[in-house]
Amino acid sequence: MQQRNGSTVQVRNLVKRFGSFVAVDDVSLDVSRGEIFGFLGPNGAGKSTTIRILCGLLAPTSGQALVYGFDVAKEPERVKQSIGYMSQRFSLYDDLTVEENIEFFSGVYGVPREKRAERKAYAMKMAGLEGEHDRMTRLLAGGWKQRLALGCAILHEPPIVFLDEPTSGVDPMARRQFWDLIYEMAEGGTTVFVTTHYMEEAEYCHRLALMYKGRTIALGTPAELKKQQGVGSTMDDVFIASIEREEARAQ
Amino acid sequence: MSYRRFHAIFRKEMLHIMRDWRSLMMALAVPLLLLLLFGYALTLDVDRIPTVIYDQSHTQQSRELANRFSGSRYFEIVSRQGGYAEIVKGIDRSKVLLGVVIPRDFARHVESGEAVAVQLLLDGSDSNTASIAAGYAESLVLAYSTELREAQLIRRGSGKFEPPIDVRVRVLYNNEMKSRNFIVPGLIAVILMIIAALLTSLTVAREWENGTMEQLLSTPVRPSELLLGKLSAYFLLGMADMTIALIVGVGVFGVPLRGNMLLLIFCSALFLFGALCWGIFLSTVTRSQLLAYQLSLLSSFLPAFLLSGFIFAIENMPWIIQQFTLIVPARYFVSILQGIFLKGVGVQVVWGQMLFLGIYATLVFTLANRKMRQKMA
Repeated sequence: MQQRNGSTVQVRNLVKRFGSFVAVDDVSLDVSRGEIFGFLGPNGAGKSTTIRILCGLLAPTSGQALVYGFDVAKEPERVKQSIGYMSQRFSLYDDLTVEENIEFFSGVYGVPREKRAERKAYAMKMAGLEGEHDRMTRLLAGGWKQRLALGCAILHEPPIVFLDEPTSGVDPMARRQFWDLIYEMAEGGTTVFVTTHYMEEAEYCHRLALMYKGRTIALGTPAELKKQQGVGSTMDDVFIASIEREEARAQ
Repeated sequence: MSYRRFHAIFRKEMLHIMRDWRSLMMALAVPLLLLLLFGYALTLDVDRIPTVIYDQSHTQQSRELANRFSGSRYFEIVSRQGGYAEIVKGIDRSKVLLGVVIPRDFARHVESGEAVAVQLLLDGSDSNTASIAAGYAESLVLAYSTELREAQLIRRGSGKFEPPIDVRVRVLYNNEMKSRNFIVPGLIAVILMIIAALLTSLTVAREWENGTMEQLLSTPVRPSELLLGKLSAYFLLGMADMTIALIVGVGVFGVPLRGNMLLLIFCSALFLFGALCWGIFLSTVTRSQLLAYQLSLLSSFLPAFLLSGFIFAIENMPWIIQQFTLIVPARYFVSILQGIFLKGVGVQVVWGQMLFLGIYATLVFTLANRKMRQKMA
C-alpha cells in the first residue's frame, strides 16, 4: 500500500470538540514508518482523544487525519484493517484462556487461516506465556496481561500500532520489558504511536509531541527538545518550561 | 459481513455463556423452576373447597343434602356440626371457604313441597374462587332440589318430571378443563422472554463496562457481525430452554401437543429472536449492566407475565390496557402457543400472530443494529 510523502500518519489541523470543550485543538503532525512517536502530557491533555480519532473510534470535528493513507473520517473500515490498538485497560476477556483470547482476536482481525498458528505462537512467545495456553486471563499478573494485550492487538501484523498509556499500572521491570517489545516492533518497520505521562518513557521515543490543553506545545526528538531548553536540561525541565510558555501565551 | 468475524464473536459468546456458570445455571434452572412452580403449585382449578355444614334441621333430608356435599369432589367437609360462630371463625382463619346453613324447618318444608332457603356463606376475599365455589354449591343444591320435586311429583302420581330445558355441556379442546393445560403453554412465552431479554441485556453493557468494547471498536468488526454473533449464541441457549419447557410440559405435566411441532418451534424461534434483539437493544443504549437489567425486567418480563393473557384474561382488562396489550409480543405468542398446543391449529389460523412477531423482530433488529452502529461510529 502506498504511503504519501513517506509518512504513515499525517494529521492536519485536527480539532475535536465535545460541546464547548475543545479536547483537541488544531493538531498537526507527521509520523514516518518505523518511528516510535510519543505523546506526552498530563491527564486530560487530549492524548487519548487524538489516538482514538486516529483509530477511527471517534470522528474529528474538523481537520484531516490520514492513517496508512486512509482518511479516518471517510474510510474508518480500512483504517481499522491497518492498525493495532491497545488501551490502558488491557482489554482482554478475563473469562477466556490465553489461547482463546488470541484465537478470538485472530478471528476478528481476519488473520488468514494458514498464518494463524504461526501468529498465535508469536503472540504467546511475545507475552512470555509459552506453554500457558489454558491459563485463565483473569489470573495473569499485570505485566503478562499487558504483553498479551499487545500480542493480541498485532496478530494481523498491522503497519501502525497505537498504544494508549500501555504501561500504566505495571511494575518498572515489566515496563522495561514492554519497551523492548516496542523497539523490536519499530525495528521490524512498524510505526508505534504511544502515549505516556512517565518522563523516563518519553526519553525512549524517537520523537515526541508535548500535549497540553488539546494543543501540541512542543515537537521534536528528545535530544532536540532538551537542547532547545538549554544544556543540561532534563525532560522535566522541557515539559514544565513548555507549559509555562503556553500559559503565558494564553494570557 | 464476514463469516470469520461473525464466527469469532459467536464462539467467544458461547465461551462466556459456558464459563459463567451462575448465569448458565440461571438460564437452565429458572425455566425448570417456573415450570414446576406453575405446573404444580399454581392451579386455578377450584376443588376440595373446605366446607362447614351447619345443620339446624338434623333430619334425614338435611343429612341427605350434606351427603351430597361430602360426595362431591369439589367440596371437603370440615365439620357437619358447625354453627355460625364456627363458620365465621373458620373463614377468618382461612380454614373454611364455604358455610352451608340448613334451617330448622328444612325437612318440614321439603315434605310439604314448600320453598325453603338454604344459606351459603362464602369467603369473598378471593373473589374468583368464591364465585366459582358459589356456583358449584348452587348447582349442587339446585340439582338436589330438582330431584326432590321429581320425587314428589311421582309420589303424587303425576308421572315423570321433565325439566323444560336440559343443558348438555361439551368442552372443546381442553376437555378436562385443567388449568395446567392452559398455563404451561403460555409459560413458555414467559420463560423465553425472561431468559432472552435478561441475559442479552447484560451482554453489550458488559463489554462497555470492561473496556473490551473499545478494543472491539478498533478492530474491523462490524456492528451487524457483533450483533448476529451475540444473538446466535443466546439463540441457542433460548432454544435449549424451549426444549426443556417442551419436554417438561408434555412429558411431566401431560399437556397435550395437538398441533405441528415444527410450526411450534418456528414460532418460538421467531418470538425468541425478537426478544433477544430487544435485550441487546437495551444493552446497547444504556451501556450499563444494572440499568439494562432493570429496564429489561420492566419492559419484557412484566408485560409477558401480566399482559399476555398467559394467566390473566385480556378480555377482562379495562379498554385502555387491552389496547396496550396489542403491542406486547408475548400476547401474540401466548395465543399461538395455546392454539398449537390445545387446539392443534395450523398456519392458516395463527399467521396473523406470526406476522406480528415477524414484524416486531425485524423492527427491533433494525433498531438494535442502528443503535450499535451509532455507538460504534
